[in-house]
Amino acid sequence: MTDAVIVTGVDKRFGTGPTAVQALDGVDLVVGPGEFVSLIGPSGCGKSTLLRIIADLIPPTAGTVVVAGKAVGTARLDQEYGIAFQQSGLLEWRTVRSNIELPLQLSGMGRAERRARAMELLELVGLAEFADHHPSQLSGGMQQRVAIARALAPSPALLLMDEPFGALDEMTRERMQTELIRICAETGAAVVFVTHSIPEAVFLSRRVVVMSPRPGRITAVIEVPEVTRNEDFREDERFYAAVTEVREALRGRLATA
Amino acid sequence: MRRLRSAWSAAWPPIAFGIAFLAIWEGFVVWRDVPPYVLPKPSVIWEQLTEHHDIITRAMWATAQNALVGLAVGLIAGLVMAIVAVRLKTLDELLTPLSAAVAAIPIVALTPVFNTMFSTTSPIPRRLIVAIVVFFPVFVNTARGLRRIEPVHAELMRSYAAGPWTITRTVRLPGALPFFFTGLRIASSTAVIAAIVSEYFGGLQKGLGPAITSAAAASAYPRAWAIVVAAIVLGLVFYLAAVAAEWLAMPWRRVTVTH
Repeated sequence: MTDAVIVTGVDKRFGTGPTAVQALDGVDLVVGPGEFVSLIGPSGCGKSTLLRIIADLIPPTAGTVVVAGKAVGTARLDQEYGIAFQQSGLLEWRTVRSNIELPLQLSGMGRAERRARAMELLELVGLAEFADHHPSQLSGGMQQRVAIARALAPSPALLLMDEPFGALDEMTRERMQTELIRICAETGAAVVFVTHSIPEAVFLSRRVVVMSPRPGRITAVIEVPEVTRNEDFREDERFYAAVTEVREALRGRLATA
Repeated sequence: MRRLRSAWSAAWPPIAFGIAFLAIWEGFVVWRDVPPYVLPKPSVIWEQLTEHHDIITRAMWATAQNALVGLAVGLIAGLVMAIVAVRLKTLDELLTPLSAAVAAIPIVALTPVFNTMFSTTSPIPRRLIVAIVVFFPVFVNTARGLRRIEPVHAELMRSYAAGPWTITRTVRLPGALPFFFTGLRIASSTAVIAAIVSEYFGGLQKGLGPAITSAAAASAYPRAWAIVVAAIVLGLVFYLAAVAAEWLAMPWRRVTVTH
């Protein structure tokens, strides 16, 4: 199978001249098919910028990005990835179902077919009975679940997530993480997940990519043991060990800075 | 039942205020013995309204038609121009100052010009005046609404490889609806005022404008006041219709929170 993402030598500079900011410097990253990778680091380390470059929302200054074996531009046009942000970004005038249908509608799928697909996804995220509600009638966690369902609508092999649970309370957040693990297992999608929460990164990922700011670089990649991700894992010593390892990688960077 | 009670609690203060206002007015005129050409009693105005209701309704209907046609033309023009201006930058630079110039046109001066341009028996000059007055608030408000797009929506639409027209259709236009309706609310009652003002300056002797002039010319001041009341009622009808249209057009704004 082709790798979900291949990032090679990516630089990103914002602005020009003496005020230019080097957001990313020589970033290399490969995400395998179905692999869950988190990007973690302090604010300004370029993790969101990297995600946006993978999504072809902004161009890199140098380097190449390949998504699902295609150049990023083509991959975006072919809807090879789904994306979710910290804000759900649901359209308030559309019902939950028709929000999920949006990417399918834009790619020209027929009405009956996309309706069926939307219902399937609503079942997947456990919101089937809210199909005809409007987003304002849903809680923050539910809205975020709808946003994830929408991202999964075109059955992408890659899911890009930019702090999707950042605005949720801790309880909801942990429930959503467990949900996400289940959803990924069912869909087999690879995930690139931006977060600033160490436990969240460790709980979800096979690999945690630690980044440092000014210029944004990858400083460490921590492998999390292959364990069944359930509530027990949160109490597991391997979980704590990985959390400590990520924390030290983040701190070690600060000590040398 | 609870809905009825809340409707009543919202409605009674203005009703009570209105009744009190009319009572004080009536009392003041009686007490100070104010002559009717200065200020007639509300009861006399009401008598005039019932006595001349056929003439007044006919005048109201003529004005309503002018206001309605002008409003429709101005609305469509404002909406279309706003969409075009936001989509095409070069046209924006042309249209925005032009619309400001349109807003500055003194309609009082323009009416006689239009009356000579078309014929004096044509209703077109009045409707054109209304359309011009309506255009500006609709254009400005809608354009502002169309320009606003949340960054998350912009990124999302880019990820879907959506073109600019698709973005206008699926995100910008629905998102601009509240702004458009703000423009419509302003435009709806101004349309009636513009129609009446334009009727003052020559042309057809139909509508509320000429009715007020002829009543005042005949020193029938209570009747003139009665026609003014009719004009206010007409303006309110237009405004309430705009509010109702807004309520109907945005069902998602009136859903109840259930979670």
